[in-house]
Amino acid sequence: MSFYESLTRLEQLPFESIWKEATAADVQRALAKDWLTEMDLLVLLSPAAGPYLEAMAQKAQRLTRAHFGHAMQLFTPMYLADFCVNHCTYCSFSSIYDFPRSKLTLEEVRREAAAIAATGLRHILILTGESRRDNPVAYVKACVEVLREYFSSVSIEINPLSAPEYKELLEAGVDGLTLYQEVYHQATYRELHVKGPKRNYRNRLDAPERGCQAGFRSVNIGALLGMYDWRQEAFLTAMDARYLQDKYPDCEISLSPPRFRPYLGDFSPESDVTDRALVQIILAYRLFLPRSGITLSTREPAALRDHLLHLGITKMSAGVSTEVGGHTSGGGTPQFEISDSRTVSEITEMLYAQGLQPVFKDWDMLGLERV
Amino acid sequence: MQDPLVIGNTSLSSRLFIGTGKYSRNTLIPEVVARSGSQVITVALRRVDPGADEENIVSHIPDHMTLLPNTSGARTAEEAVRIARLARAGGLGNWVKIEVINDQKYLLPDNLETIKATEILAAEGFVVLPYMSPDLSAALRLRDAGAAAVMPLGSPIGSNRGLRTKELLRILIEEVKLPIIVDAGIGRPSEAAEAMEMGAAAVLLNTAIATARDPLGMAEAFREAVSAGRKAYLAGLGPVEEAAVASSPLTGFLGN
Repeated sequence: MSFYESLTRLEQLPFESIWKEATAADVQRALAKDWLTEMDLLVLLSPAAGPYLEAMAQKAQRLTRAHFGHAMQLFTPMYLADFCVNHCTYCSFSSIYDFPRSKLTLEEVRREAAAIAATGLRHILILTGESRRDNPVAYVKACVEVLREYFSSVSIEINPLSAPEYKELLEAGVDGLTLYQEVYHQATYRELHVKGPKRNYRNRLDAPERGCQAGFRSVNIGALLGMYDWRQEAFLTAMDARYLQDKYPDCEISLSPPRFRPYLGDFSPESDVTDRALVQIILAYRLFLPRSGITLSTREPAALRDHLLHLGITKMSAGVSTEVGGHTSGGGTPQFEISDSRTVSEITEMLYAQGLQPVFKDWDMLGLERV
Repeated sequence: MQDPLVIGNTSLSSRLFIGTGKYSRNTLIPEVVARSGSQVITVALRRVDPGADEENIVSHIPDHMTLLPNTSGARTAEEAVRIARLARAGGLGNWVKIEVINDQKYLLPDNLETIKATEILAAEGFVVLPYMSPDLSAALRLRDAGAAAVMPLGSPIGSNRGLRTKELLRILIEEVKLPIIVDAGIGRPSEAAEAMEMGAAAVLLNTAIATARDPLGMAEAFREAVSAGRKAYLAGLGPVEEAAVASSPLTGFLGN
């Protein structure tokens, strides 16, 4: 049993008629509940919930402050390598683009780590393009050995691995896994992933569960919003998160709502996710999963991020570069264009001004190992 | 009147324990400490970063406070033991709040793992204060394992739902010959007072103060509520009757 079986059932739901038939009274009922069902989630993502965004926001904020207080966990991504064997129609790292590819040496990893750690951050997310040949598990492991000297928490966002491989990285000091399904709608998934192992939908869908089985402390999932109908994608993402949360209660399941951003190519998605839609998605996530982390990336512009912070967000990236070695040397090809280029200290100041406390360190798996 | 709470070798005049999480800034902590009158403060070791300056939570805690590092983030007894040892090695003292949670949805404690961790740490000389679901058998085992107090929840962490476990707390207070510190769920000063009136030795709370509109005012309100509740307990509450009992009986003229 994996989420795939649930997905097969959920995909059969008559989404169009559900969106159309949801009423204001349905939204009010969902808002009054403590524990939301699958149907409540559908209602909160429906057009009928549009006029209720403020009421949803008030409740989302209450829940967030009760469970997470005024804390906002900060992290930054570090790109280790941009070699990739896939052709995905929305990504600059796609194998069809011809640009000088690079991979950090361990010495360069150390320099990047030192530069990031100097900003005060203690949580890092390492990323690679998807290439087992160029960025094998052994390479990631060697990088983690270096990074654990600088950070109290290291998460990975790399190609899907087997459970034993995840376990190997866990033992090397990785405690979190981020893996986006990108698109839950299966036909669209096949269209957008033209070539390479990433075409294997099921392998990707089951990878977060393999991470839970391996024992990662946190697993973060998401759909790249804009690739297919956002209501359906958000619904399936949240159902995937609840599936994992129910089955692996000891793992902290988080969600991210990334929106499509400009990249090297000229693909533009059919579904335009407006700011209003993004807000509805974040609020529905929070009301459906009151204790789950929700991560906000620098894909969103600074002014919008500052507002979104009060709607249920618990983690955000800061001081971001999406190119290999971008924290020290720079000059590489960014995976996508970021919108919020503020430094860690600028984000810190902004958070304090908004009545929120930046949290640089919220775990210490590496410290545990020393005892 | 002297009415100290003695835990380990420490005598406390305040029965309000507070936390350090969820504040909008750590610089509020010293004033919350002052206004609450608290002498014991819990801090999640996972948040402690000795390398940080302003962001190091411990640097904001006044020196006179007894630190109660907690094992937040531990999913097993083994992890809790490691965190406790790390805290002591890091100079945070030998008190520890055992918090073993492997349910990220409700954040309810795992009593079995908590008992295992308590046995190990108490034997190593820690002053162990385990956070637990209020279950009599588990509380007695924690006592036998060497806990210095037990800390049952009033309702789930951060919920501000009050004393939903009241009947179970009452049984623990009556049966476990250790200080009972009600931890988690208290949202209002009146609920803290009620716990103290019932005979709880102390209360530990964080969310109710940290997420109040005015945390300093709320810290003071809890100080007074805990004190009032304790005084009421010591004074002995009057009996509760099913029917009205008149102060001036109507049949008194009949004599005996």
